[in-house]
Amino acid sequence: MSASFLPADWPFVVLDWSLFIAQLFLGLAMACAAYRLILGPRAQDRVLGLDTFYVNAMLLLLTYGIRVASTIYFEVALIIGLLGFTGTVALSKFLMRGEVIE
Amino acid sequence: MIDIELAFENLPPWAALLTAFCVFMGAFLTLTGSVGLLRLKTFYERVHAPTLGSTLGTGFILVGSMICFSVLRGRLSVHEILIAVFLTITTPVGFMLLVRSALYRDRVEGNDNVPEGNPTPGKQSAPDAAVQQD
Repeated sequence: MSASFLPADWPFVVLDWSLFIAQLFLGLAMACAAYRLILGPRAQDRVLGLDTFYVNAMLLLLTYGIRVASTIYFEVALIIGLLGFTGTVALSKFLMRGEVIE
Repeated sequence: MIDIELAFENLPPWAALLTAFCVFMGAFLTLTGSVGLLRLKTFYERVHAPTLGSTLGTGFILVGSMICFSVLRGRLSVHEILIAVFLTITTPVGFMLLVRSALYRDRVEGNDNVPEGNPTPGKQSAPDAAVQQD
C-alpha cells in the first residue's frame, strides 16, 4: 500500500465526517434563524427569519437524504420549499395590507 | 431503512470526495448567511444575508446530491434541478414583496434610516407623498 498512514477507505471517512459537520452547520444556521423568528425586533424580521428557517430545514433534509442514500427525503424538501414560499408571500401581503385575501 | 455502509460501498472514491466537498461548502455558506442574518444591524442590511444560503448554499448541496445519486444509480439524476429552479424563481419574488411591505410600514410610522425613493412607481399613496414633501 502506497499511503500506509491512511486507512484504505479514507474517502468514505471524509464523506461521513463532512456530512456530519454539514448537518451541524445547518443546525446552527437554523438556530440563528430561530433567534430572528422568535426575538426579531419587528414583524418583518420575523418573516425574514421564517424564510431563512425553511430554506435551512430544506437543506438539512437534503443532507440527511444523501447520508442515508435515499431519495424519499427529496420530495419532502420540495414540499417544504413550495409551502414556505407561500407562507412568505402571504405574510408579506398581510404586513402590507392588513389582510391576505382582499 | 438503508444501511449507510451498504449504500455507499458502490460509490467510487472520487465521487465520495466530490460529494463531501460540495455538501460541506454548501452548509458553510448557508451558515455564513444565517450568521449575517443574526449579526447585521438594520432590517435592510439583514435582507441581503440569507440569500447567500438560498442561492450558493442550495446550489452546492444540490450539485453534491446530483453527483452522489447519479453515480449510485448509474444513470443521470436530475430531479434536484426542480428545487434549484423553484428556489431561484421564488426567493427574489418573496423578498421583493417583503421589503416593499417593510418600506411601507417604516414610511407610515415615519421612522429614520429608511432608504430613499418611491417603493411603488406610478402609484402615489398618501404616506409616500408625505415623505417626499419633507
